[in-house]
Amino acid sequence: MLEWRPRREPSRLMRALSPLIAIALTMLLGMIVFTAMGYDGFHAVGSIFVTPFAEPQRWADIGVKAAPLVMIAIGLAIGFRANVWNIGAEGQYIMGAVAGTGVALATYDMTGWWILPAMALAGILGGMAWAAIPALLRVRLQVSEILTSLMLTYVAVQLLYFLVRGPWKDPDGFNFPQTRMFTADQTLPTMMEGSLVHLGIPVALLIALVAWLLMEKTTAGYAVKVVGLAPAAARHGGFSAARTTWATMLLSGGLAGLAGLFEAAGPFGQLTPQFPVGYGFTAIIVAFLGRLDPLGIVFGGIVLAATYVGGEIAQSTIRLPQAATGMFQALLLFMLLATDVLVRWRLVWKRRAAP
Amino acid sequence: MTSIITRRKLTFGAAAASTLPLLGRGASAQSPLGVGFVYVGPIGDHGYTWTHDQGRLAIEKEYGSKIKTSFLENVAEGPDAARAIRQLAQAGNQLIFTTSFGFMNPTIQVAKQFPKIHFEHATGYMRAPNVATYNARFYEGRAVIGTIAGHMSKSGQAGYVASFPIPEVVMGINAFHLAARKVNPNFKTKVVWCSTWYDPAKEADAAKALIDQGADMITQHTDSAAPLQAAEQRGVYAFGQASDMKAFAPKAHLSAIVDDWSGYYIKRVKETMDGNWKTGDVWGGIKEGFVKLAPYNDAVTPEARKAADAIRDGIASGKLHPFTGELKDQKGEVRVKAGEHASDEMLSKMDWYVDGVQA
Amino acid sequence: MTSAILVSIVMTLVAASTPLLLAALGELVAEKTGVLNLGVEGMMLCGAVAGFAVAFSTGSTGLGLLAAALAGMAASMVFAVLALSLAANQVATGLALTIFGIGASSLIGAGFVGRTIPRLGPVFPPALSEHPWLRMIFGHDILVYLSLALVLGVSLFLRRTRPGLILRAVGENDASAHAIGYPVIAIRYAAVAFGGALAGLGGAYFSLALTPMWAERLTAGRGWIALALVVFSAWKPGRLLLGAYLFGAVMTLELQAKAAGISWLAPEVLAMAPYLATVAVLTMMSLGRRSGRLDAPACLGKPFSAS
Repeated sequence: MLEWRPRREPSRLMRALSPLIAIALTMLLGMIVFTAMGYDGFHAVGSIFVTPFAEPQRWADIGVKAAPLVMIAIGLAIGFRANVWNIGAEGQYIMGAVAGTGVALATYDMTGWWILPAMALAGILGGMAWAAIPALLRVRLQVSEILTSLMLTYVAVQLLYFLVRGPWKDPDGFNFPQTRMFTADQTLPTMMEGSLVHLGIPVALLIALVAWLLMEKTTAGYAVKVVGLAPAAARHGGFSAARTTWATMLLSGGLAGLAGLFEAAGPFGQLTPQFPVGYGFTAIIVAFLGRLDPLGIVFGGIVLAATYVGGEIAQSTIRLPQAATGMFQALLLFMLLATDVLVRWRLVWKRRAAP
Repeated sequence: MTSIITRRKLTFGAAAASTLPLLGRGASAQSPLGVGFVYVGPIGDHGYTWTHDQGRLAIEKEYGSKIKTSFLENVAEGPDAARAIRQLAQAGNQLIFTTSFGFMNPTIQVAKQFPKIHFEHATGYMRAPNVATYNARFYEGRAVIGTIAGHMSKSGQAGYVASFPIPEVVMGINAFHLAARKVNPNFKTKVVWCSTWYDPAKEADAAKALIDQGADMITQHTDSAAPLQAAEQRGVYAFGQASDMKAFAPKAHLSAIVDDWSGYYIKRVKETMDGNWKTGDVWGGIKEGFVKLAPYNDAVTPEARKAADAIRDGIASGKLHPFTGELKDQKGEVRVKAGEHASDEMLSKMDWYVDGVQA
Repeated sequence: MTSAILVSIVMTLVAASTPLLLAALGELVAEKTGVLNLGVEGMMLCGAVAGFAVAFSTGSTGLGLLAAALAGMAASMVFAVLALSLAANQVATGLALTIFGIGASSLIGAGFVGRTIPRLGPVFPPALSEHPWLRMIFGHDILVYLSLALVLGVSLFLRRTRPGLILRAVGENDASAHAIGYPVIAIRYAAVAFGGALAGLGGAYFSLALTPMWAERLTAGRGWIALALVVFSAWKPGRLLLGAYLFGAVMTLELQAKAAGISWLAPEVLAMAPYLATVAVLTMMSLGRRSGRLDAPACLGKPFSAS
């Protein structure tokens, strides 16, 4: 009979394979569920997981959607590896955009190459500042960063609402709650004519590469992993848990803030109440989909971005409701978390002992 | 299996066609005209988005196999909208309706890339040779229900459950109040801003608060039927929003402002088919059939009925304008002189309240 | 302010607080065993849609409530299998459950949009429930009384009973609890199921009592407020009751003030208040730890496997 046995050490093969198994299972299960519900399940799965990759014109859309997810997820994943559970990236993402927009509105009547870098810097600092609060509370008072970072996200959302409906409202905008459009010097250069493809996409890839090198080839990366896996050993080895917490929280906050600024200064070109679309939360899924590995996260970001794009294809071709996209994303994460068990356990065939 | 294969061919065919946008698409007479819709909410909201989707169903009914419609729902305003619109454009749709104000910039942006495709943006003010705008004069409907409220209210107070103070909402409040005040000079309209378009529980509680403060007429500019249910529970009257909401409040529901986009959609599809579609700006009201009134409740008195019908017919015939002077704002400053009426430009930027509104 | 308005405000306040209290109380019990389930919003929506669908189809509100509790519980079991049996990360599993709940409720509810059912009515006869001021006490529906009884019940259970003590022990030190021989995973399963059932009922309070209808995302984010309330309450049922009613009072009074023409704080400031208060309470709790004791379950959010 089949029996689960714990592995002596996590399987590297399964670490790499389990996301693929999860995707396959999601496709299979999705096909069954949506066929049972009366939709064209085969085509639904095809539109969501295959068509976005099959049509080159969708690649730009996937890139635009994946870039912020990848940037945020990389920061989060490094924290998760160190057992630092920042789940408030959405708030840090918003605060990055808010800080950058503050610079944009202050420099509204100015020109110069320096404006955009100043906005980016403000974005990073804004995200970091928002992440510093849970970091401080955890390091000094042992308050769970899971709870504080989550709560601060909702504070950030309301702060954004307050600003765009109040002091930052476009004076020429007919009272619509949104800021002015950013000027040319405040907008990310577009990489491809007629698309939203912006500088943030190559930057996200670069960040992934740097993060991978950092995690795999440097002492700092090693420290993060040791602190996460064996806190006691880390203390003996002279790695400070407090310093790791600070470093990973600020790094993830800064990356989320930069992603927020890129989104505001890129595809949005202004700040509106519709700015938060949950990238900070979706990035948590991406981080897990990428197995908390920077290069894996690039893969995870692309897959998840494709489900959004593919969800729209499925909507317009076979009238699959938009809610189904969310179902697929949830199923994907469920399957991934379930297949995770293969990394730590193995199935063995055990002959039943004679009675 | 065959159906799957044809569908797949269709997708790839459309993809190939859109990579070469200049190849004579649309010239082939036998292929159905693609008409796309981008919605901000779910088609199941039974409110604003639902009414646009009713318009889509109306063109399907009208043209049958000559057209093929598709839609994207729950599209966030911003970059997601640009992607959604582009997706519909690339899928071979030749007429695309984008139905929320926040889709304005994305529509203009995508339209530049697809000069051959016609775009229609609802409630915006930016146009292009291939981007038309359209909107409905909901305020005309509000003048009619304001008239009913003026007649039916015993306390002389109405409660207005509102979302955000944008011109669309502000002009609705003013139109409602002016009409009610014409019937009852001491009429008061109290507004509660919910700071959301959709939060049923909060909308209901706002209606309850207004009723507690003396309002016996509830009207709203938010999306759910919750304020009507609150009115029904408390035994006061209310008006539906966007569609006939009588089912939610059989006793309280006196009438409703019904959005009807089908006439405009049918017309624009025809023009696209005939090749004489032109850009423009249409702001249609009762006369054009964009705004309709749901059947009056039996509780509406004959007197109120008559007055409401007179206002409706007066507006439809052009003899009456809901914003006819003299109109003063709350500081007492004259905004519209006696004998004149507010221009469309003034309405589309309205950010002041007429005397007697508590906002 | 006349007394009629006062009574009316109390009625609105109680109704606004009850779904939060129900969902938060369920989550409190789950968190007491060390399980952090961020899927409250998803479970509430599952309960809301199931409750409405069954009540609409059968005409029985009672069956609707039962279905809501079961649907919330079923959703919570998805979480339990992954996070407890397979020791998956609780944060990720909870978030996935919320995404799942939003999608599933929307798909299931599509056929019920635009329908309505009779509102969940008061428990007591009209002589009491419609009395001008006695209705403040006797004018509520069954879930209001149930939620209050559950606060008392959970409080006594956790503090005064042996199973309650065991439950807390599991949340404080799962390894020791296991060593003593308590079935850690089974206890957590039960607590998560209880949390799911109450979240389902909390969701159904929207679709059956507050606004008897189904529309997508009917609960509009109340699940996250419930999560905040659990922390705000410092994991104490009594304080949770206070927190939920305080929150309901602020929401109700804000709208009343606006209706009366008084504009005070910006609505955004009020909307962020519960979350800021929660962070403040967490901070103060930790500051006061040297003198008192910390009530946050020590194992909160950490997976446990018996091997």
